[in-house]
Amino acid sequence: MTALAPTTEAELAEAVRAAHAARTPLRIAGGGTRSLATEGGNARAVGLAGLAGVRLYEPGALTLVAAAGTPVAEIEALLAAEGQALAFEPMDHRAALGTTGAPTIGGAVATNASGPRRVLAGACRDHLLGVRFVDGRGQVLKSGGRVMKNVTGLDLGKLLCGARGTLGILTEVALKVLPAAKVSITLAYSDRSEAAAVALFCAALRTPYEIAGAAWRDGVAYLRIEGSAVQAEHRLTQLRARFGAAEMLEGGASAELWRDLRDVKHFAGTGPLWRIGVRPTDAAGVAAALRERTGARVSLDWGGALLWAAGDGLTAAAVQGAVGPVGGRATAVRGAEPAAPAADRRTALIAGLRARFDPAGILNPGLVVD
Amino acid sequence: MSTIAMPAPDAALLARKATIVRALTEALPGGTVISDPAETRVYECDALTAYRCPPLAVVLPRSTEEVAAALRVCHAHGVPVVPRGAGTSLAGGALPTADSVIIGVARMNAVLEADFDNRFVRVETGATNLSVTGAIADDGFFYAPDPSSQLACTIAGNIAMNSGGAHCLRYGVTANNLLGVRLVTIDGEIVELGGPLLEGPGIDLLAVLCGSEGQLGIVTEATLRIIPAPEGARPALIGFDSAEVAGECVAGIIRSGVLPVAIEYMDRTCLRVVEAYAHAGYPDCEALLIVEVEGSEPEIADELATVEAIARALDPVEFRLSTSAAESALIWKGRKSAFGAMGQINDYMCLDGTVPVSALPYTLRRIGEFSAEHGLGVANVFHAGDGNMHPLILFDANAPGDLERAEAFGADILRLCVEVGGCLTGEHGVGIEKRDLMGEQFGAADLEMQMQVKDVFDPGWLLNPAKVFPLATSAARREAAR
Repeated sequence: MTALAPTTEAELAEAVRAAHAARTPLRIAGGGTRSLATEGGNARAVGLAGLAGVRLYEPGALTLVAAAGTPVAEIEALLAAEGQALAFEPMDHRAALGTTGAPTIGGAVATNASGPRRVLAGACRDHLLGVRFVDGRGQVLKSGGRVMKNVTGLDLGKLLCGARGTLGILTEVALKVLPAAKVSITLAYSDRSEAAAVALFCAALRTPYEIAGAAWRDGVAYLRIEGSAVQAEHRLTQLRARFGAAEMLEGGASAELWRDLRDVKHFAGTGPLWRIGVRPTDAAGVAAALRERTGARVSLDWGGALLWAAGDGLTAAAVQGAVGPVGGRATAVRGAEPAAPAADRRTALIAGLRARFDPAGILNPGLVVD
Repeated sequence: MSTIAMPAPDAALLARKATIVRALTEALPGGTVISDPAETRVYECDALTAYRCPPLAVVLPRSTEEVAAALRVCHAHGVPVVPRGAGTSLAGGALPTADSVIIGVARMNAVLEADFDNRFVRVETGATNLSVTGAIADDGFFYAPDPSSQLACTIAGNIAMNSGGAHCLRYGVTANNLLGVRLVTIDGEIVELGGPLLEGPGIDLLAVLCGSEGQLGIVTEATLRIIPAPEGARPALIGFDSAEVAGECVAGIIRSGVLPVAIEYMDRTCLRVVEAYAHAGYPDCEALLIVEVEGSEPEIADELATVEAIARALDPVEFRLSTSAAESALIWKGRKSAFGAMGQINDYMCLDGTVPVSALPYTLRRIGEFSAEHGLGVANVFHAGDGNMHPLILFDANAPGDLERAEAFGADILRLCVEVGGCLTGEHGVGIEKRDLMGEQFGAADLEMQMQVKDVFDPGWLLNPAKVFPLATSAARREAAR
């Protein structure tokens, strides 16, 4: 079946209305960088590259509105020219998944893609001001708006953020943008175990020095410091005084490190890859359990609140065995079947919402989004 | 006389009051249920005091399980439920109907857990906003959302209304600082949503719950993100002779890369009243900005130097940097007493629309024109950095017809906010106040989808009746539920 490639919101709505009437399953492909392998084989792909373009950008109001298919790279370049940025640093999944395509802003919102600055600036959802979308009946709907403070009605935008297209196909998103850091420096503390790294992260994140990244990989704990020249200098001095000297990465080297950490390049390839949310103080224990039971390789981000694990032994059961006891949340990103969510009131509410937004069950059917 | 309609109470429920009260009393410990009309009258309104109606009964539980028990009784008897925190809503969000039972969480105010390594606190939602920061301040942390009513308002109400405050330009609103909740559904089931993890779920029920104004359930516990307190903070005061230039200054500061924690704005009407009341030494000018930045001393000096350069280039009537804690307190004193000072000289209606920052000067000019058309004064005091306006419409509550004129004036302002790309409410919520204006901002299909979300959580439409959705739009669902 040929892919749908609408160039206007109205065209997309018309196509979804037809699919709704015919009960044709649709696979929302966005920019095509994620491999959504879980849907039925007869699902029709919906590419959104044709719905592209920045609709509004007001640097003095920290506001950007863009069509969902706009490449993230285009937005980042536009913002950089004004000294601004998407503070939530959306991950580019191509390296980890071995896919091609161009990451889109709609895809970032649909997956709530949030990079290392999560510890300081929040997730993608925290920067989402409003959306336009097409629901499973083919209706064009809107929620939120373009202003930063808005409590008018139920916030359907944040509900769609992370729902991976199962509640509607995003056509336009409004985002809060922030000033980009003028200086970004990384302190690299080597020869640290996960436990030592997490202890460092917890202590550093308790300071007022606005740590903008806290990650661990291959025995090295990294702290990212950002701000104006004066802020960076002050924060660097204070952190070194408290936590000791460390190797320092600046400029391009620092930027490249955090881009690689964000995209989990160190676990590029094939085989099971999981992202696991835990309390930072549980991270070292979970990492040790996974390594001992399955020989998995592990890295940490978000000060220990996000654990990446790669390895052939990482079945859903093995991961759940390590993560379940501490109330963590595991998602199979590559090469593994996700565990079925527990049937409880929460999942019943989610099923109820999916039935309302998509009564015919045509939007990414079979995709587990709990 | 007032203009916002409420649905007629269900006579059958009123007639069954004794049965309903007995069922509640049997399900709950002594001292939990209030049904004497002399006592329920205390709960007849929130901070939108022009609208009053005592409820059928009031339940003040001490635990989540008691909230669940009360909800099970109400659900079984088909009684509408009005959730209540501290009753500080300016939008009538906690206004009862005569056939409703109020379930108030004010007795549940414990701080249950403070975890500084994982940076969260868990509280019962009857805790006041300020008490959360109070419980963690000695450990160097604070809870960021800071609505003006923070001494009295509860976390439950903050979650229901997705409350903001003066510092949200930098730290976000309640939704950005809420990690998890314990929710009791209308049929009395207890559900955990979210928690201390930063990794969110796919479909984020917490996101739609926050700001849902009690339409989806009652939240009894909350897990909140806490932030290390900054090393210091200092404001600058900048006066301009035109709203346009003040607006230019705000945009200039934000574009420079400085992100102040607060940019507050007061117009001349407000300034004169505030100055007479607080003697803060404010200049008499068209537009006053208070810009506050945070950090260490060198950081503050550096950022305020940038702010000063931007302001000076725009020829301000006054630019004053605070040089001491006493001066900072004085600069803030006027702003913080603005609502109280206005209240001493006049009755006022406080609006809450948000506009794009770039539309602030035009919006202020149009508000001035509306003021002349309606023959009522208006004072403007608001959060300029995020465009969240608070026009205070001045009227005389004892003058026949004045409230209606004020409400018509307010509706004109809110329509204007939507017209220029903003919204009806930035932080106070829709409640009953803006309910019937929702059609200005949303299409029929948009509202229908929002109501379908409520259908999923509250199929019988018992929770917080006659709020948020236009009365006519929700009529069929409310009738069907009877």
